[in-house]
Amino acid sequence: MDKNNHSAPGRSKTVAEPELFQGFAAKIPYLADPVAKLDRKLVDTVQEAVRRVGLKDGMTISFHHAYREGDKVINMVVQILADMGFKDLTLASSSLVSANAPLIEHIKNGVIRKIYTSGMRGKLADAISHGLMDEPITVHSHGGRCALIETGEINIDVAFIGVSACDAYGNANGFSGRSRCGSLGYAMVDAYFAKNVIMLTEEIVAYPNAPASIRQDQVDWIVQVDEVGDPAKISVGAARATTNPRELLIARLSAEVMEHGGYFKDGFSMQTGTGGSSTATVRFLEDRMRHLDIKAQWALGGQTGGMVDLHNKGLIGTLLDTQSFDAVAARSLESSPNHVEISAHYYASPMSKGAVVDRLDMVILSALEIDLDFNVNVLTGSDGVMRGASGGHCDTAAGAKLSIVAAPLIRSRIPTVVKNVTTRVTPGETVGVLVTDHGIAVNPNRSDVEERLRAANLPVRTMEELYQRAISITGEPKPIEFLDKVVGVVRYRDGTVIDTVRQVAK
Amino acid sequence: MTLRRSMLFIPGSNAAMISTAFVFKPDSVMFDLEDAVSLREKDAARLLVYHTLKSSLYDGIERVVRINPLSTPYGKDDLEAAVRGGADVIRLPKTETADDVKELETCVEELERKCGREVGSTLLMAAIESASGVINSVAIATASKRLMGIAVAGFDYVVDMQTERGDGSELFYARCAVLHAARAAKIDAFDVVYSDINNEEGFLKEVDVIKRLGFNGKSLINPRQIELLHNAYAPTQEDVDYANRVVAAAEKAETEGLGVIALNGKMIDAPIVDSAKRVLSRAQASGVRR
Repeated sequence: MDKNNHSAPGRSKTVAEPELFQGFAAKIPYLADPVAKLDRKLVDTVQEAVRRVGLKDGMTISFHHAYREGDKVINMVVQILADMGFKDLTLASSSLVSANAPLIEHIKNGVIRKIYTSGMRGKLADAISHGLMDEPITVHSHGGRCALIETGEINIDVAFIGVSACDAYGNANGFSGRSRCGSLGYAMVDAYFAKNVIMLTEEIVAYPNAPASIRQDQVDWIVQVDEVGDPAKISVGAARATTNPRELLIARLSAEVMEHGGYFKDGFSMQTGTGGSSTATVRFLEDRMRHLDIKAQWALGGQTGGMVDLHNKGLIGTLLDTQSFDAVAARSLESSPNHVEISAHYYASPMSKGAVVDRLDMVILSALEIDLDFNVNVLTGSDGVMRGASGGHCDTAAGAKLSIVAAPLIRSRIPTVVKNVTTRVTPGETVGVLVTDHGIAVNPNRSDVEERLRAANLPVRTMEELYQRAISITGEPKPIEFLDKVVGVVRYRDGTVIDTVRQVAK
Repeated sequence: MTLRRSMLFIPGSNAAMISTAFVFKPDSVMFDLEDAVSLREKDAARLLVYHTLKSSLYDGIERVVRINPLSTPYGKDDLEAAVRGGADVIRLPKTETADDVKELETCVEELERKCGREVGSTLLMAAIESASGVINSVAIATASKRLMGIAVAGFDYVVDMQTERGDGSELFYARCAVLHAARAAKIDAFDVVYSDINNEEGFLKEVDVIKRLGFNGKSLINPRQIELLHNAYAPTQEDVDYANRVVAAAEKAETEGLGVIALNGKMIDAPIVDSAKRVLSRAQASGVRR
């Protein structure tokens, strides 16, 4: 129950016989105390905030992952909850990263019983892939998480939201204070849907802290902490242009596919991803945009310095930003009126009244594996261990007019093109084109695109040809050995089960 | 028309590069068994290059093998592996005289007979890396019918000349001499590598110089330079449009039986028509400059 009478969607109010007026503060006591009125949300410790929201064993807690590898909140809060003796909690973080390895102990001790996440990496992912948990984790996309929240499967009792600065009423954005993460697109969803919101902030700034991504009417309690995140670790090196010849080759081909795929027209829209190859794709595309005098109306996604650069040069009208991947993007979000913060719900939820992904022309995506039917795995590695994230992959692939997967054909002797993906995250029917360093394959359901790419003399092959090429160099990989136990359930963005991840044998 | 704009150097001992470099589509690839391979890797490199030549990975790319000089303990074995493997071209390093080429030719022919390869099917190229090589370049370029080209190799040359790489003036004479020898012998000419791989601007400046001098292309040590080089060598759209007009005017003059070709009031002679045809065939082979 919300102690502060904040309105929130979906909360039922009991309609009873009206009572007689008893004084202006009778029902809202804090109004009687002019000091408490202003500071009433501030509490000294996380423990105190947790007690006040009435967290109980078995409830669901949530976090955002805007700081990615630099996040300090998830580990800190779960440790506090463990020390307070909580058990059987459901952890619903928008995603988890390598830095979340300390959660292994809390899973072993029974503090966390269930996990919902977009993905996981490192030791935590390794332990879970090896059967650490009794219940399989649920892996969802960014849009799919919102859908699971809306349908009530993820029922957030307490959202812990880390921000670098907020005012005494809880107004927060990602560009005030010293640890600026930029867009709070994931946290906005939790603030909107959670029953209780505890804000952890590095700094309390003067009221009003505007604009507010997380609003005062959504925040229950505020705790000042030393550190919520290290923005330097959001993305290591994403803004740096790659010098890797293979990445550049893939980037150039990707840009050519974008140019000739049929959607490169003045006013187009795109999402390009954040890796070194994506940054380079944008650079190649910039040349073509200038040459042909074509501008993008808007660009979506995790935003980077590269996209901001095009935006500042007038080549992209509006940047829609769910997550800022570097300091340049975070600064731009603050300063550019057409760099707009959007929530993950607005970005990609199939259950929202309007998801931006549905309006996308083109998206560039990555893949750990892609199979002969164009199904994509972005979750499990060649050893069957989870080492990735669903992210916005299946959301954008489903929404965009043309989804382009860009990946090297072979990574350190492991083929990317396989007969069947280890884990299906994005269904092949939504993937238009695969770009590799050995050529391009076009989904047979996109013969229109294939025709255009062939007409532009691009090296179009069949998926089978790329597969044969890969194994002619690497040999046929041995199948991964799995046990029967299911350690992860992969949910498609509409909530359906699209695949499962089983425990690896060793 | 055989384009030989780019010749990508790949150390013969580097399996990772060998198994992927063909995706960058250089015109020629040069598997190096000489300077890029340490002494203790000579045998492994030779074996790796032999098996690469036997595979189909580099189909459509001219495969050159740089062997160790025949005077070293490795040269003969390198040559045998290359010829048996099916190399398109053998590159002889540190060529000083016409006799070096002739000696190589004799060895190659012997090997071709031994392994049942068509005699004459292995082409040769000579790298000129010293003052005496430059001075003998005309004799070298005409020493064998198998020679498809000669190359200036900058590093050893500047050491021999007691200078160092700079703005290009240190290579000016060598470039001109080797290029003239190649043109007189009707074979191709290749320029030195540009080793400052992160300096795109400097690379393109050098490419501009050697292209205007008349070199067919350049040796490269990083795949990133391939696209830059090919683009710089591609004719512009204006070049292509003009060439099309010249060729059309020439055809028109021929069908009308006119001896004199005129375009926009200017007279056009045979060399201009030839040059226009070269531009068009180059555009067909390499596309238009972006």
